[in-house]
Amino acid sequence: MDFTLTSEQEMLKNSARKFLNNNFTSDYVRKMWENSQGYEPEMWAQIAELGWMGLTIPEEYGGLGLTFRDLGLILHEMGRVVMPGPFFSTVVLATELIKTAGSEEQKANYLERIASGKLIATVALYEEGVEWGAEGIKLTSTRKGDNYSLLGKKLFVPDAYSADLIIVAVRTENQVEAGEGISLFLVDPQTEGVEIELLPTMDQGRKLCAVSFLNAIFSSTEVLGEVGKGWSAIETMLIRANIGLSLEMLGGGEKVLEIATEYAKIRIQFGQPIGSYQAIKHKCAEMLLQVESSRSIAEYAAWTVDGNPQEVSKAASIAKTYVGNMYRKAAAATLQILGGIGFSWEHDIHLYYKRALASEAMFGDTVFHLELLASRWERKL
Amino acid sequence: MNLTMNPDDQAYRAKFLNWLSENIPAEGTSAEAKISGDWCAQAEIFRKFQRKLFDAGYAGIHWSKEYGGQSGTLMQHIIVTEELSTNYPWKMFDGLSVGLVAPTLLSRGTEEQKKEFIPKILSGEHIWCQGFSEPNAGSDLANLSTSAVRIGERYVVNGQKVWTSIGHLADFCILVVRTDPTVGKHKGLSYLLVDMKSPGVTVRPIKQITGEAEYNEIFFDDVEVPFDRLVGKENEGWLIAITTLMFERIMNEISIVPKLQQTLDRLIDLTSNTTRYGQAMIKDPVYRQKIALLQVELEVMRLNQYRNLATLLKGEMPGPEGSIGKIFWSELNQRMQETAMEIMGPYSQLLKGSKYAEDNGKWAFDFLRARGNTIEGGTTEIQKNIIGERVLGLPKDTVRRN
Ligand SMILES: Cc1cc2nc3c(=O)[nH]c(=O)nc-3n(C[C@H](O)[C@H](O)[C@H](O)COP(=O)(O)OP(=O)(O)OC[C@H]3O[C@@H](n4cnc5c(N)ncnc54)[C@H](O)[C@@H]3O)c2cc1C
Repeated sequence: MDFTLTSEQEMLKNSARKFLNNNFTSDYVRKMWENSQGYEPEMWAQIAELGWMGLTIPEEYGGLGLTFRDLGLILHEMGRVVMPGPFFSTVVLATELIKTAGSEEQKANYLERIASGKLIATVALYEEGVEWGAEGIKLTSTRKGDNYSLLGKKLFVPDAYSADLIIVAVRTENQVEAGEGISLFLVDPQTEGVEIELLPTMDQGRKLCAVSFLNAIFSSTEVLGEVGKGWSAIETMLIRANIGLSLEMLGGGEKVLEIATEYAKIRIQFGQPIGSYQAIKHKCAEMLLQVESSRSIAEYAAWTVDGNPQEVSKAASIAKTYVGNMYRKAAAATLQILGGIGFSWEHDIHLYYKRALASEAMFGDTVFHLELLASRWERKL
Repeated sequence: MNLTMNPDDQAYRAKFLNWLSENIPAEGTSAEAKISGDWCAQAEIFRKFQRKLFDAGYAGIHWSKEYGGQSGTLMQHIIVTEELSTNYPWKMFDGLSVGLVAPTLLSRGTEEQKKEFIPKILSGEHIWCQGFSEPNAGSDLANLSTSAVRIGERYVVNGQKVWTSIGHLADFCILVVRTDPTVGKHKGLSYLLVDMKSPGVTVRPIKQITGEAEYNEIFFDDVEVPFDRLVGKENEGWLIAITTLMFERIMNEISIVPKLQQTLDRLIDLTSNTTRYGQAMIKDPVYRQKIALLQVELEVMRLNQYRNLATLLKGEMPGPEGSIGKIFWSELNQRMQETAMEIMGPYSQLLKGSKYAEDNGKWAFDFLRARGNTIEGGTTEIQKNIIGERVLGLPKDTVRRN
């Protein structure tokens, strides 16, 4: 693996930074916080125009067919501006799941629409009493002929409020191993018996929702891939989601360190810039150590998706653990360095701090990932 | 983590491992050797082994043939260093000579100095020590007062150095001295290569926290040093000293990652073989989490190191970012050792020689030795100053600014 970027990758990264800095200003991000959809169709269309929606979608389905590492460069830049909206849900979650689980026909149908910016989609996994593994998928289904009636509730579903399509993990078979008997339903949010509630969470840049199913009826043709065979595709998606999130968190951490360093150079107290005091300087140095280390693991993990699939799940858990911890700590340290203004609503640091907290609790928390790694390393003995 | 390595490099590694299996010295058992206080005996084993490495073409691989090297690649050097770190069970005494002295001479020394000293470093004939710190000059290295006065074709050196690792075994010393006391403290320093057998050099071992003596104090009493043993220009020694310190932070990482992996593997064994409350401690969720986190950090450090090496492989000089690695490995090693102590409970305090001691006291020894990691080679606080000021561009504090 080479950590240096190709000239095409440099270009992609630079143009992403420019576009995002111009369009996702603090004012705009805050406006989207107030918008229950979290995005505006005109902006979505502009992003689609850049080709980002279909970055990793194969060319035959209207995408650019680039690698996950390329997508990672953009996610990194999005993290720097704490970008609001359903990009991650659509382009990482739904796209990866459809790519892995979908039939040829489903891929042609959905991926084309995602790539062209005509479909916003998300994935609903977790339920009350969050369990990160397959045991957590309990939403029940009752079969009536060719139809399934769904009953239950999904929680912490990102961007369900703005989605045209929600892919929902449902237990279609009981009395089997946890990883079996899970099906992925392609849910139109307008279906009768589907109710969506926006959750009042800290980070309104990434809207989380509760999605309830009150005996909503779906036909067996509205299942992604094969009935009962959904879990392994979810696992693949989760690995990539954790890596994508790590890159986003890396971007956030990098930006937060810049905020801290700039402020430490200009804020004068006791006649000196506060950055000349070691209590502040050493906090910044510790942040740099962790940000640079996060860069090593997050970029490596992104590369493994296409470059070394045997290592990818391990790399994903390492990245999520390390980078997640870095981001939350760096945002907290920066808040402290900023003093009173850091505690205000006006300063942007709270956007980062809240995103960090939300991200760490997404797709398996630290305890979960460390346990995955422990059991992997224990087996090595 | 397997980064893709090209087939030539893989073949080189295999060839070296094969050579190593036939040439690892047979003396002593490794467990004994690792905690043996008999430094002189270890140094002799090292010299003989280093000579074999040299004769077989495995020393100074990436350095020019002119200076006793092999004109090979840096990657080959990295491979050999990693494998020695994993497989050579005794102490290596080349950390300072190959790691610091030779690269400093290569980038700043005269042609004669390179030709005279580098081949002898590579063949194991010369072991070196680093005479930087003094009683009143530690973190504030430039405050040092050991003096050198030029008289004709030689310098006459007087003063004292302290905490000099392997000073009692070394043949030569890189010595930073004050040649002009009338100018600012960074401006009047010079960098000398001193023969430890010169008349007037007295070395006294200092017993340290582990009970053994690895470091020393050195007294210089009218010690004569020929003028051609000056590196760089007179009064420009600070620049040379900084060069040495940059190499110290970067190059040592190559052998440290495999060592930390060994420590972690032993820690996993220890946790699996220790029972508490009727079950192996590896089954205890608290320890599973702790150990997994240590492995996470080690994997991250390994990748950091690959990134650094990629920079070096492009031929760039190590920069102040090297301080990141220094902080990372020293603190990680301390966390690993502390975890081992927790797992052993009351057994953690037993030293070599007790039949109850785990691994014949190696854990206890390494735990104590690890305290030095965040002090030697520049303390963690100093590394953070370097990162803050030279990487992030934060201002110096007023005292050091003036
Ligand atoms: C095992 C070991 C081996 C060693 N080997 C060698 C060797 O071979 N050759 C050699 O020359 N030296 C060697 N040293 C010495 C080592 O480089 C010094 O101990 C080190 O640089 C610190 O200097 P000091 O001991 O004088 O402590 P001090 O500089 O007095 O520091 C004391 C404390 O004050 C802190 N401090 C000092 N200045 C600042 C500042 N500006 N900001 C914040 N905190 C500060 C330090 O971080 C430390 O915590 C060795 C040390 C050890 C422990």
